Amino acid sequence: MNKGIIGKKLGMTQIFTEDGTRVPVTVVQAGPCIVTQKKIQAVDGYSAVQVGFESLDAARANKPQLGHCTKSGHGVFRHLKEIKLANSADLNLGDSLTVDQFLPGDYVDVTGTSIGKGFQGVIKRWNFKGGRASHGSRFHRAPGSIGASATPSRVFKNKKMPGQMGNEKVTVQRLQIVRVDSADNLLLIKGAIPGHKNNIVIIKQSIK
Amino acid sequence: MNTIDFLEFEQMRKNITPFKVGDSVKVHVKIVEGDKQRIQVFQGVVIGRQNGGIRESFTVRKISNGIGVERVFPLHSPILENIEVITRGHVRRAKLYYLRKLRGKAARIRERKYVKAA
Repeated sequence: MNKGIIGKKLGMTQIFTEDGTRVPVTVVQAGPCIVTQKKIQAVDGYSAVQVGFESLDAARANKPQLGHCTKSGHGVFRHLKEIKLANSADLNLGDSLTVDQFLPGDYVDVTGTSIGKGFQGVIKRWNFKGGRASHGSRFHRAPGSIGASATPSRVFKNKKMPGQMGNEKVTVQRLQIVRVDSADNLLLIKGAIPGHKNNIVIIKQSIK
Repeated sequence: MNTIDFLEFEQMRKNITPFKVGDSVKVHVKIVEGDKQRIQVFQGVVIGRQNGGIRESFTVRKISNGIGVERVFPLHSPILENIEVITRGHVRRAKLYYLRKLRGKAARIRERKYVKAA
């Protein structure tokens, strides 16, 4: 993987193409990300770079953050993430990753935290049908049977049940980049990406 | 202005002929056939406008060979060459969906006589 960047989801809008088709896009404020630490094969067992995104007022940072980030000489960062890049070994502390690595038409995978829905039942979480509302039905939103009896006399693993929905790490694969704005550090990505507005996402070259 | 508003503002058409619901308009649409481009005109009554900034659209209804045809145009679409207002209509509704049930003389719209200077 030789392209990667951290970004902040700004929201969605639409873009007109020349023939009048409307393309739904997500606007991401991406980079510039500064390399704050290098992971080296000999020391760490793998090769990667840690990059910082969004500068933080030094007065608001704690001392470990200050000490770690000032090594790169670009101030303190609010977000630090590790990205494995093919050219990790060639990057040095203080180098920056920008949106310029991407071109319109490139495919990317976007990883972020999905919108939290809380503890949800099976209808919302797994699209179960549920029972009828009226005519004496006493079965409405319950999951129903969760398995057979004596054989196997247990509930199978991964059985779809109620539980926490959303607020988990989600990757959406193979989204197309529609426009790259290097002046404002913007990426316009076709389609939706995980999370709320202002969600921090990692954008990488698509693996598919 | 935030980034998204700016991106949308950039794409908006700034020189739109002002028109209202009830007006009869000629919409000039660019049509690409192979490598040739031509203009097609769709003439009818504006029966609704759906506001929404860059997503704003309007619906034009006409009777073509006795069959009602409605077409929805995105107001800021680059395929719209020009919108021409033919008559200004006096209507008391924002959406003229009732025209769908009417034919011929009943489907006429009174003309707006006094048009405020723009």
